Amino acid sequence: MSTREKVLWIVAGIAIVIYALFPVGWIVSLSLKSSDDIANGQFLPTALSWENYQTILVGDAAELFLPALRNSFGIVLIATFIACVLSMFAAYAIARLDFRGKRLILSTALAVAIFPVISIVTPLFNLWRQIGLYDTWPGLIIPYLSLTLPLSIWTMSAFFREIPWEMEQAAQVDGATTWQAFRKVIVPLAAPGVFTTAIIAFFIAWNDFAYGISLTSTSASRPVPAALGLFSGASQFESPNGPIAAAAVIVTIPVVVLVLIFQRRIVAGLTNGAVKG
Amino acid sequence: MTTTEVKPDTTAPAGAAASDRSRSEQRLGWMLAGPAFVIMLLVTAYPIAQAVYYSLFDYRLTDPENISFVGLNNYAVILTDQIWWISFGVTAFITIVTVAVELVLGFALALVMMNALKAIRPVLRAAILIPYAVITVVSAFAWQYAFSLDSGFVNSWFDWVPGVAADTDWFGGTWDSLFVICLAEIWKTTPFISLLLLAGLAQVPDVLQEAARVDGATWWQRMWKVTIPNMKAAIMVALLFRTLDAFRVFDTVFVMTNGANSTETVSFLAFRQTISRVEIGLGSAVSVLLFLSVVIISVGFIKGFKVDLSQARGE
Repeated sequence: MSTREKVLWIVAGIAIVIYALFPVGWIVSLSLKSSDDIANGQFLPTALSWENYQTILVGDAAELFLPALRNSFGIVLIATFIACVLSMFAAYAIARLDFRGKRLILSTALAVAIFPVISIVTPLFNLWRQIGLYDTWPGLIIPYLSLTLPLSIWTMSAFFREIPWEMEQAAQVDGATTWQAFRKVIVPLAAPGVFTTAIIAFFIAWNDFAYGISLTSTSASRPVPAALGLFSGASQFESPNGPIAAAAVIVTIPVVVLVLIFQRRIVAGLTNGAVKG
Repeated sequence: MTTTEVKPDTTAPAGAAASDRSRSEQRLGWMLAGPAFVIMLLVTAYPIAQAVYYSLFDYRLTDPENISFVGLNNYAVILTDQIWWISFGVTAFITIVTVAVELVLGFALALVMMNALKAIRPVLRAAILIPYAVITVVSAFAWQYAFSLDSGFVNSWFDWVPGVAADTDWFGGTWDSLFVICLAEIWKTTPFISLLLLAGLAQVPDVLQEAARVDGATWWQRMWKVTIPNMKAAIMVALLFRTLDAFRVFDTVFVMTNGANSTETVSFLAFRQTISRVEIGLGSAVSVLLFLSVVIISVGFIKGFKVDLSQARGE
């Protein structure tokens, strides 16, 4: 590569970083504007202010925001955990055993992954009201499985296919018991795949809005994205933009942290399941 | 590509013990994979069957005494109503615009990541994942506030562009609103396409590139004649996934316009009929139509463009 080409690719790289971070930087900047600074028409605040964070963490909007944050974490983590356990068994069977129906299971997962969420919301809305799951944690955890399970099965199967399963027999030949061979050989090989799948499942459930807004009605179970969508400010004279921006920043922190720490794995997980030559 | 698909009859070994073993393997396989499979069916197939059933009734939640069977009447009502066709048109517009732009932009991003120096690759990878990981609702708010009259900076930054002034209301009309909606969608979902295309790019054999270079092909010729034909499968899979994803667009519209100024999408219409207006019958019919649209798009892709999903299945 000539120097000129190198410079060109570096400039293009910088453009990508700006592209990705610009809207995030903007929402952070907006969240740090005081209420009379919001309408200044500028990207940056004239003076940093923690006012909006106070509003949603200890102020007027705290009783809306904090329960929503708790609901989001609880519901999403449980849904992720269930999806991971179920897909671990399924992926093991798909990667390792020879049984009829493998393709059926993978095709079903694909069909469920492209399913329009709103089509499920309509009947569930009615059903949940009848059986008392409306506005409860389980009432969201169950439909969240329709989002997390298919992707977990795909991603995990792709990872498990690459595990050299013969190692297990080799360990047994060397005198390890079945349990030892599994724990000392297979678990360390499978753990990264399971872990990556869990992160991707977490992203997907964390991102949900349609279920959250349709199947909840109070802070008993409403997750953050839905709460943000319905939040309209402490009073009609105050624009809610600042507090919403602050809440948006807070829900973005966990995913950004995960991206920064595990970016290599996440990319492998996302592309592994989808494009395999 | 490793093929592990073997027909059971060719491998069925002689002897009862072995067939016992394969039978127990079948059983174990279904015992392990069965629960996930059954749950997937329960959370999707069952509700959609229920939606088909409700869609045949005139059924309002506020009036549960008066449920009456109306056959296909709900569908007739919807398909002869302008509201449905506007929302369908808006959805198709958003889908076509975003997917077309994303394919080109995503390809450009993938090329940059492919050619970037080893040292800055992790930085680019982390940057590109951020839009993917940011919640759609947050992205919608970020773009909305950037363009809005009471907190935006876009008007003051771009007042040199003809048609943009300090008081330009981006959410006052259909096309302006759709422009911002598409921008937000494109920003958020291009990274996913670019990662899939990057994986496809990595699969193009270097030998072919070298051979084309030796033959004196220009950069463009190599791109069109070597790179793109060799990653057609990856492009098609990315295209199919994104098209279906874009067709379900809901969150961004809800946050930005709430369906005002004819910016309602099909998903939003189904939501509004069911949740806001408690018209379970009509809402279910819209949901079924949305589902059918997605099925038709998928089948069209797979049959029309010969998208090879077996490649996606890793077979």
